[in-house]
Amino acid sequence: MQKRLFSLLAALMVASMLLAACGAPAAPATDAPAAEAPATGDKTIKIATQSPLSGDASVIGVDIKRGAELALEQLGGNLTGMGFKLEIAPFDDQANPDAGVANAKNIVADPAILCVVGHYNSGVQIPSSEEYHNAGLANVSPANTNPKVTTRGYGEVNRLVGRDDVQGVVGADFAKEKAVKSVFIVHDKTAYGQGIAEFFKQQAEKNGMEVLGFEGTEEKANFDALLTPLISANPDMLYFGGLYPQASVLFKQAREKGFMGLLMGPDGMDSSDLVGIGGASLLDGSGLYYSTVSGPASVYAGTAKFVEDFKAKFGSDPQPFAAQAYDSAAICLAAIEQAAKDNGNNTPTREAVAKAIRALKDFPGITGTYTFNSIGDVTLAKYFIIQVKSADPAKWSENAVVQTLDIAPPAP
Amino acid sequence: MDSFLKRINIKEILRPIWQTLVFSFGSALVLSLVVLALALILDQTVVGQTFLAKYKMPLLTYTLSNLPQVLIDGLTIGFVYAAIALGYTMVYGVLEFINFAHSEIFAVGAFIGVELLTTLAIAKVIPTESLFMSYLWLIVAIIAGMIGAGALAITVERIAYRPLRGAPRLVPLISAIGVSFFLQDVIRFVESLTTGQFNRTFPTFGNFDTRVVMGQMSIGTANVNLGFPIKSAIVVIAALIMLVVLNYLVNATKVGKAIRAVAQDRKTASLMGIDVNRIISLTFLIGGALGGAAGVLYALKFTRIDPFVGFFPGMKAFTAAVMGGIGNLTGALLGGIVLGMLETFAGTFMSAFTMGAAGTEYKDIFAFAILILVLVFRPQGLMGENVGQKA
Repeated sequence: MQKRLFSLLAALMVASMLLAACGAPAAPATDAPAAEAPATGDKTIKIATQSPLSGDASVIGVDIKRGAELALEQLGGNLTGMGFKLEIAPFDDQANPDAGVANAKNIVADPAILCVVGHYNSGVQIPSSEEYHNAGLANVSPANTNPKVTTRGYGEVNRLVGRDDVQGVVGADFAKEKAVKSVFIVHDKTAYGQGIAEFFKQQAEKNGMEVLGFEGTEEKANFDALLTPLISANPDMLYFGGLYPQASVLFKQAREKGFMGLLMGPDGMDSSDLVGIGGASLLDGSGLYYSTVSGPASVYAGTAKFVEDFKAKFGSDPQPFAAQAYDSAAICLAAIEQAAKDNGNNTPTREAVAKAIRALKDFPGITGTYTFNSIGDVTLAKYFIIQVKSADPAKWSENAVVQTLDIAPPAP
Repeated sequence: MDSFLKRINIKEILRPIWQTLVFSFGSALVLSLVVLALALILDQTVVGQTFLAKYKMPLLTYTLSNLPQVLIDGLTIGFVYAAIALGYTMVYGVLEFINFAHSEIFAVGAFIGVELLTTLAIAKVIPTESLFMSYLWLIVAIIAGMIGAGALAITVERIAYRPLRGAPRLVPLISAIGVSFFLQDVIRFVESLTTGQFNRTFPTFGNFDTRVVMGQMSIGTANVNLGFPIKSAIVVIAALIMLVVLNYLVNATKVGKAIRAVAQDRKTASLMGIDVNRIISLTFLIGGALGGAAGVLYALKFTRIDPFVGFFPGMKAFTAAVMGGIGNLTGALLGGIVLGMLETFAGTFMSAFTMGAAGTEYKDIFAFAILILVLVFRPQGLMGENVGQKA
């Protein structure tokens, strides 16, 4: 009996060690900080990425990492010419604030990391960037839209995309154009989802729409109880503040229950999985729309080559925000280069890099020309309204752009 | 043939069906009356007036018009809970410990079924034109889920519980919790091997998503479409079949007699020539297979599954088993139906009755508060018999 138990425990131990070993590639940076002791002659520079590399949102998170990787490969020439060794340090934040903060602690502990490209989820970026701020480490966000990302006024945090307080207004104004009289709003209780749902609600009320319900839910599967009141209130529109994994199931079940009104959400809807999971019924009735801060590749003149290179290297079309990640990494590189030159071609300090990012004027990226204001918002951001045209996930990039708007962020 | 028919115990087949009907109608009636009474009372107060102003509909009309849909939804989710709860109750009845790994066995069943169907979808076998083939493949997926989950349940028992059988009660319980976490991460690891993506989606095929409309009902100014998707009916019918078969197996066959004997007194049963280990393995096989089938049905109904999908349904099914009286098959059924109904009722009406202060998100609090009340006044559960602790 004793012996058997022991052998059993041993087997379990081996199994779990195997698992741990196989799991390691997902978090490659755990042992990196120790290995990179900053000897003065060592001129390695690292750019970290933080995005969900596993789980629900990994489709997008992985391509954020790849976008940055491609930028390093194509644009790192100047820095390697100056004698620096460039490396990318990818971290998996699992779309989870705890994982993001733990990674951020590892990132700031590695002195070779001079810039962070990251986060997909605002709810992860906000607590993680507190760590970057304390360490003076520059962060360029390719995707985070919650106003709080920049309104804290940190000198290190910048973002390339628009803000939810504008995106919510854009969405509600579009609903008004569509003659929507009443709306039922659901959100996912995260900083991002609830945030944009509230901005949408404010503007919808201003536009004279009736808000028939405002519900938060973490439910992922069974929306029956939530949908029954919605069906009997019979709104013209169902708005979901959150991300596509939840939205696809909620929308599908709403259609199953006979809801034929307009379906809409923010940029969290932007993934082919929305129709992959939700199916063709989403396009029934008044159809499916979303507002976003990152248009399809076709709207950016500079991305044609990027899409081609991306396909050649990784074998698939880039997901939304991959091009923004490319630009974020490009901005990091440009700033590091400038700061290194100012420092007599030596490794610059983190502080100098953060300052150099803010000092960039009209940086020519592939998704636009970027200048940051005093809190790190771009001076002019693009907003889109997109109509989903096909239930085939492979045709996601052919969705129709209904509106394109250039709007400056609210004054800091 | 004649003698074969004679040996079938018709009573044991009809009894669970009859019980199901009674429980479903009983809980539906009680809850509907409670909700209607509340609506009647609140209609005259500030709650009703606020509601009228917002939705242009008296609270009572709203309640009435939503009732049929709530009953259908509640019954569907209730049957899913009941199917999972049967697994908890079977194992508890025989071994007197809660198999917390059952929620992951449920999840494994769901993943096996969905993976099989996904493979078929990639191979272009589904979707097919033929409705018959669609149903056949669904049944194949359910059976695959049952076999996989059943085999896993036996393995778990053999590895993690049997060596601890003589140990104090808490030890196998902790072991079960450990197995539960272990399995969650194994699923996560295996499913993310190829793409890093560990969620799966139930492929769309057949006519399962089609909505059967039973007609329109007009109450006041509101027109309510009454109906349900075909898959809800499949869930209910499949769960009912599972219950009937299980009940027959336990109460009207020789194997069932052996299972009951082991449950009553393991030592004496073994003296009577029953292979106790085999019977316990069999119990796990049955419980696991039921869980696996429930998993595939759950994936059919709710489309998307992830490695942690078992946790909440498992928790609620366990609650249902306790509420009904753990160790009692009929109790698990009753508990499942009542919990499913309570949850859906609370989710639908709480927001209206509290002027939006407590929305759908609090439905679980309400359901679990009822559980506490049941346990305070009937610690043995609704159907449980008050038996003393076993020696």
